[in-house]
Amino acid sequence: MEPSAKYLYYPGCSLKGTGIAYEESLLTTFRLLELPIKELPDWNCCGATNYMSVSETSATLLAARNLALARQTGSRDLLAPCNACYLTLRKSQELVAHYPKIAHEVEQFLEQAGLPRLDSVRVRHVLEVLYTDVGVERLRELTVRRLQGVRMASYYGCQAVRPYGEVDDPHEPTRMDQILKAVGVDVVEYNLKTKCCGGALTGTIHDVGVRLNYILLKEAMRQGAQAIVTICPLCQFNLDAYQAEIRKQTGEPIDMPIFYLTQIVGWALGGDVRELGLHRAISGKKLIEQWFTVKKEAETYV
Amino acid sequence: MSEQRNGHVRIGVYICHCGANIADTVDVKAVAEYAATLPGVVISREYKYMCSDPGQELIQKDIEEHAINRVVVAACSPTLHENTFRGAAERAGLNPFFVQMVNIREHDSWVHSDREAATVKAKDLVRAAVMRVYFHKPLEKRRVPIHPEVLVVGGGIAGIHAALTVANSGKRVYLVEREPTIGGHMAQYDKTFPTLDCAACILTPKMSAVRAHPNITLWTYSEVVSVDGSVGDYKVVVKRKPRYVHEDLCVGCLQCIETCVYKDSKFDDEFNLGLSKRKPIYIPFAQATPKVVVIDPDACIQLKTGKCKKSCMEACVERGAIDFAQKETYEEIHVGSIIIATGFQTFDPRRMPQYGYGKYPNVYNTLEVERLVNASGPTSGQVITRDGRVPKSVGIVLCVGSRDENTNRWCSRVCCMTSLKLAHLIKEHTGAEVYIFYIDMRAAGKGYEEFYQRVLNEGVHFIRGRVAEITDWALDPSEAGKLVARVEDTNTGFVRRIPLDMVVLAVGLEPQPDAHEVQRMFGISCSLDGFFLEKHPKLAPAPTYTDGIFIAGLCHGPKDIPDTVMQAGYAAAEAIALADTGFFELEPNTAYVVEEECSGCKTCVPLCPYQAVTFNEEKQKAFINEVLCKGCGTCVAACPSGSIKQNLFEDEEIYSEIEGVLAYA
Amino acid sequence: MERQIRYQREADLEWAHRFTQHPGCERLLSCIQCGTCSGTCPLSIYMDITPRQVIAMVREGFRDDVLKSKTIWLCASCYACSVECPQKINITDVMYRLKREAIQNNVFPKRFPIPVLAQEFCEMVRRRGRNSEFWMVFRMALRSNPAILLSMMRTGWDLWRTGRLSMRMERIQRVNELQYIPAATKEVD
Repeated sequence: MEPSAKYLYYPGCSLKGTGIAYEESLLTTFRLLELPIKELPDWNCCGATNYMSVSETSATLLAARNLALARQTGSRDLLAPCNACYLTLRKSQELVAHYPKIAHEVEQFLEQAGLPRLDSVRVRHVLEVLYTDVGVERLRELTVRRLQGVRMASYYGCQAVRPYGEVDDPHEPTRMDQILKAVGVDVVEYNLKTKCCGGALTGTIHDVGVRLNYILLKEAMRQGAQAIVTICPLCQFNLDAYQAEIRKQTGEPIDMPIFYLTQIVGWALGGDVRELGLHRAISGKKLIEQWFTVKKEAETYV
Repeated sequence: MSEQRNGHVRIGVYICHCGANIADTVDVKAVAEYAATLPGVVISREYKYMCSDPGQELIQKDIEEHAINRVVVAACSPTLHENTFRGAAERAGLNPFFVQMVNIREHDSWVHSDREAATVKAKDLVRAAVMRVYFHKPLEKRRVPIHPEVLVVGGGIAGIHAALTVANSGKRVYLVEREPTIGGHMAQYDKTFPTLDCAACILTPKMSAVRAHPNITLWTYSEVVSVDGSVGDYKVVVKRKPRYVHEDLCVGCLQCIETCVYKDSKFDDEFNLGLSKRKPIYIPFAQATPKVVVIDPDACIQLKTGKCKKSCMEACVERGAIDFAQKETYEEIHVGSIIIATGFQTFDPRRMPQYGYGKYPNVYNTLEVERLVNASGPTSGQVITRDGRVPKSVGIVLCVGSRDENTNRWCSRVCCMTSLKLAHLIKEHTGAEVYIFYIDMRAAGKGYEEFYQRVLNEGVHFIRGRVAEITDWALDPSEAGKLVARVEDTNTGFVRRIPLDMVVLAVGLEPQPDAHEVQRMFGISCSLDGFFLEKHPKLAPAPTYTDGIFIAGLCHGPKDIPDTVMQAGYAAAEAIALADTGFFELEPNTAYVVEEECSGCKTCVPLCPYQAVTFNEEKQKAFINEVLCKGCGTCVAACPSGSIKQNLFEDEEIYSEIEGVLAYA
Repeated sequence: MERQIRYQREADLEWAHRFTQHPGCERLLSCIQCGTCSGTCPLSIYMDITPRQVIAMVREGFRDDVLKSKTIWLCASCYACSVECPQKINITDVMYRLKREAIQNNVFPKRFPIPVLAQEFCEMVRRRGRNSEFWMVFRMALRSNPAILLSMMRTGWDLWRTGRLSMRMERIQRVNELQYIPAATKEVD
């Protein structure tokens, strides 16, 4: 094995597809923060919510393979930026820790597959790394340009703050707000921070999924937000992709950029539009163009 | 009477069925048969209820007729019936300390299900007791005299009632209250359920009676800071905080308040929970007892900076009651018993952010609404929301900080009735639609169910469901500008959104924040929930495991006013009975020093938690005060020369007991 | 008229008892039927029975009623109920368990896209190690309701032009390691 990076990056399927901008902005942000990061070789799908719906054991085995691979690299911190991946990997650790029967199955599988036994790999979320390992103050110091006067709502989605995580408080999370404020964004009050976006429902029971996202967007608007910042590829996708449809259905003038936290932080640290994937937005393109144009004078007021 | 007739030990063993409690799990017959084979055992019997009269007579008869001189009773816990069986032995002329109990109920039948194994365990325990009791010695109980005076800590309704009851029996009572006035939470309530008589009307006469009672010494704005001694003679130190006003000189004319340099009241009024303001010099409420002003040192300019023109002093120049130089003082008293009635605090609903308390101004807790509906409250009894509107729809959310694994697990018992009462009062004051969100309606009490019926018939909406969240975001035009409760109405199965102008959180009741410090200072225990622990949950709900200390009211657990008064009266009766008896019998299980063997190393002296061990400089030997010794055994174990021994726990007794347990049948 | 009565013989009490012993379902018997789960759930308003009723039915052994319900499939696993439950019941895990039993017993609502998606997803992941979003959605739609594809055209185009739609069939290198994972649909746990 080659020498290990501090952070082992577990992309999960979305960050290679619909959430590619998350990967781009994450890697850029980490580069700007000089945090060594490396992709987990030959990672497999975490299983997400779907696998758990079909087989608990198989779902755990699937997740366990990633944890075993992580151990092979020697890195302790497995970074899962997607909320679903984060929760699934942590949940599988809990299941192994609490249920000997499951632990036994996992052990057997890893042996058959020629993988090492599980060890204390820490599954981590981007928000938590930015908040804990880097720190709000450090981010404030490193900020080279500010999105002055831009009002944003922070949106966590569900799974990052729920039972298995330690990303933030499940009721009143504040860390994302703190980070956004530190890098110069005006953060609005937003009560739906941890309300579900519907996940895969937009693809299965479309009208229900879209309605949930309509509520999230509308409340953000009511609170005066011009954009929403997310930490999950599925949330970003759901909020971003269906705004045209919502406009058509409700007649409300919703056209709001939906960002990843790493895009906003990365921009503040000096990343450029393309390397942060800001050009991949579907909604709110006008505002994005307006905000993220590098003007000479814009940088002077830092 | 010879203690060991015929010069040798004759043991009687008695196995109790405890109805089915023991007999269902332990083969009592087999145990009795086995016990009969043990050395020294002359008689071995089993009986359905050993604690009953015929059961006790069985023992007495055997002592008299069969010259039994050691008794082993295998039954329940000795905390329950040790005295019963010692009494039986004593009545038959045997020294009561020749009785040994074996707990085959709590330690065996109740905790095991395998009958065979449980029977083996019972045999082991009985054998251990038989081998131990062989070495028992006759002991005498010690008597300590009881100081007739009683201390009551806490001046809420529990403390007030207890103090008056004890004082009426002719005993001197010290009533210590932390706040500037007595009255406690009850003084803040508006009406009381289920009869709707006003709390002030029934409470303030009792408060005045306390003040006027010749046998009561009332110390408000005071706290107990240390407690020493034991039953019969507790030495208590009380700190009297400076109120910067001489209690004996102030007549409660309140002119000082009027002339205070602060023209406007601008400090949160604690009594009205911040719903109104007061000045730095204030009286908590009109009927405060004593009716004496108090100065808040954190608000008063003179006390903070020393640079005030002191117009309050000018107003009081004739009486000269105001004294900025007043310092805290300490009083030391000796009392025979103590009644602790330190009350509770309400749950802080900020711990459940989903209900928006502290975020949405129109979300209240029940205590605040008590003040709001009260005619002498901050709005003179008008129910107006913080944004100045008369609410058209009000929701009362039950079980906020109760019945919840995430906050408090217990039912707070009074919130259902409080909510019914407030629903009635709010409806009466405003005509609003009132919704009560409940999980289970608990209206058990005299006249309570009838009151529930009354409120049902007044048209209050009872929605069975725990509110998931209170929000201010409207999904429907009808919700604009309102708070919305999202809840499953479990009666209809609908998930509902109910727009509300005012939300009342029926907050649960919790131990005082300093309950653990109080518990340690008085040497009593807390149950898992943090409330003070009673000696027995059914049969001794006011005494504690510490003799001479009783608990009353909500420091023991949530209860309503009638239950509080009953417990306070019961605690008072116990204290009176103790004082009237004049003495208390102590267990003889004290430690003693075998002087010849004591090397005078003083290891034991600082270890004693009861200050019972002293050092005799003249003899250079340790000395143990039997009255103070509680028999904890710390010094016995610590003594390097083995010269401290303990009655009922002599080495040979303990070693043979251990051998008995380990010798497999 | 359909008779709305449940005879006690219809209640599978043994199943109910076993249910409380599965991982995550242990605290089921603590439920006080307060409805916090239903009140919290963002999807309860679309459900045929509320999450609270699911728990009541499980506890009373009305197995077929819960397994056939749409409710369990509407659960998006957001865990809000589990966090809010005053009795710390892991309702999300209860829902997962019920979904699995419904699939194993083949009683889920047919042509309902969610269980179809779940199965397609598992098959793809177990064989290739990764999920290819485009193909998965495509196959799910074909099996449940091809009309969905029409409504997805606009989104598909938006994703395509922003470079977020990959048509590649993803696959891990050491796919052989996955053979030791039991075929999910056949396994009974």
